[in-house]
Amino acid sequence: MSIIDKTAAVPAPRGGDHTGPLLEVRDLHVEFHTRDGVAKAVNGVNYSVNAGETLAVLGESGSGKSVTAQAIMGILDMPPGKIPQGEILFRGEDMLKMSEEERRKIRGRKIAMIFQDALSSLNPVLTVGYQLGEMFRVHHGMSKKDAKVKAIELMDKVKIPAAKARVSDYPHQFSGGMRQRIMIAMALALEPDLIIADEPTTALDVTVQAQVMDLLAELQQEYNMGLILITHDLGVVADVADKIAVMYAGRIVEQAPVHELYKRPAHPYTRGLLDSIPRLDQKGQELYAIKGLPPNLLKVPTGCAFNPRCPKADDLCRTEIPALVPVTEQNGADLPGRKSACHFWKETIHG
Amino acid sequence: MGRYVIRRLLQMIPVFFGATLLIFLMVNVMGDPIAGLCGDRQCDPATAAQLEKEFGLDKPLWQQYLTYMGNVFTGDFGTAFNGQPVTELMASAFPVTIRLTIVAIFFEILIGISLGVVTGLKRGRPVDTTVLLLTLVVLSVPTFVTGLLIQLLLGVKWGWIKPAVSPEAPFSELIVPGLVLASVSLAYVTRLTRTSIAENKRADYVRTAVAKGLPRRRVISRHLLRNSLIPVVTFIGADIGALMGGAIVTERIFNIHGVGYQLYQGIVRQNTQTVVGFVTILVLIFLLANLLVDLLYAVLDPRIRYA
Repeated sequence: MSIIDKTAAVPAPRGGDHTGPLLEVRDLHVEFHTRDGVAKAVNGVNYSVNAGETLAVLGESGSGKSVTAQAIMGILDMPPGKIPQGEILFRGEDMLKMSEEERRKIRGRKIAMIFQDALSSLNPVLTVGYQLGEMFRVHHGMSKKDAKVKAIELMDKVKIPAAKARVSDYPHQFSGGMRQRIMIAMALALEPDLIIADEPTTALDVTVQAQVMDLLAELQQEYNMGLILITHDLGVVADVADKIAVMYAGRIVEQAPVHELYKRPAHPYTRGLLDSIPRLDQKGQELYAIKGLPPNLLKVPTGCAFNPRCPKADDLCRTEIPALVPVTEQNGADLPGRKSACHFWKETIHG
Repeated sequence: MGRYVIRRLLQMIPVFFGATLLIFLMVNVMGDPIAGLCGDRQCDPATAAQLEKEFGLDKPLWQQYLTYMGNVFTGDFGTAFNGQPVTELMASAFPVTIRLTIVAIFFEILIGISLGVVTGLKRGRPVDTTVLLLTLVVLSVPTFVTGLLIQLLLGVKWGWIKPAVSPEAPFSELIVPGLVLASVSLAYVTRLTRTSIAENKRADYVRTAVAKGLPRRRVISRHLLRNSLIPVVTFIGADIGALMGGAIVTERIFNIHGVGYQLYQGIVRQNTQTVVGFVTILVLIFLLANLLVDLLYAVLDPRIRYA
């Protein structure tokens, strides 16, 4: 309708003079000090997102993908969490060096986050209109009345039917899909530069998943936002992401543009993930599964963390941690944006 | 919301009749209603029979109960040992006790909830441990010990307050007795708030509130506190009823002529009409306090309102 017509032109890049990536994570480490010892949740993660770009972060539970996101948002529980080293550059400025007040002003306004379970992530005792309007009231100092009008606009925008009538409803009165739309609306409220979506569709059923992802992709394009999509669902990633970072035990093990990763994985773990997707042309065969369990973060295996579960592992993998190195074609030609942290990436990608 | 209120009001009716019936039975069947009427001696049979006839005690039980209920609804609670109507005693006693309860509840809310919030947010820190230890002490010492001790120290030794409250019992004289009366509940409220806050602090919606970039103050007051106060409100509401009737010890210590004092007199002088009258009113207060709690509950938690 009219709302979309108004903003049909692609907005100019916002934020002025900074030219590099929108967000850059450099050598980020996060550890949790628990009674049983130090759990190293994130061990030197590097990635970057540009405006309008979608980065998918893929990994099992406990691979550190959510923790990285929480570190970016600055909502890690500290203590027990701790960031011993690393930089998180937003428009070239290190957020880890900012004061708490400066970071708070970035949260919600410049970087917003969508959480997995919308029912528990929305406050059960406040109306959705209040929770949406709060963004405008706190960050823009709007009056209660104006904020409510804005909230209705937002709910229209994320295609919630009868927004005006439902603005005073409470979260438990909405269906799962509608609740997730409200979460998205809340993240979009102040038109942030970057949205982090932490498994936004995991709690939804498949038909609703597609709707929610479409909505997210549409709005991202409209506002030219950067998007970090955290997921363990390879199906979701293929349609929306531009590039993928695969995480395992707190490290990025492979980085690639989305379609190349599906065509030719350069890490045995990625290959294992892809092989464990059910396929129609392999009907009747047993589905592949990666053997074993994700590593205990208190006691990460020496060498490559994936070695106990890896079909290709040998002695080198048990002693030496593989670095994340650029991947090339067989003839040495560059494969832009591709990196792998496997001693045997050549064998993995080229056969 | 309207239907919820009506339903709750209707539920009060059977509870009221049940409770009054119990009081009635306890006094008339298990006790002897005319025991205290002849002073310290046993009544002689002729007088007893005459008294029974006068009070209608020779009629069948159900008729007696109807008479009692009829009197309750017309506001006739009989006469006290000194010949005063019980309603007159109530008129002088309840305002005093209500003032005392207001002071006590005020302290519970102000001190209890503040301490609970602080300790809940700083769980495991020295502040938390200290307050927790203090509440444990308060909880384990009976009220009459704290009351007498404070009366002795503040009232007699140091002379900061008057050890006995005057019959008018203005608010200014009720501060210390109110604090004594509130002490145990105050410790409960602190612990309840602390647990609730510490638990909800990790809730997803609090994380969302932080991620929205709200100032810490707002996160705590609007998002964390509102959810955490639901169990505390329940406790405080129920406590209003308990404080109104259970102030016997405190009122005795500080010589406050409130409900507890009159009840005590009624019991000591075996005057059934005083006791029954006051207890009936206390039942009503309890019921109203519970209604208030349920309504507040619905205001605080919309999930209950629409259930």
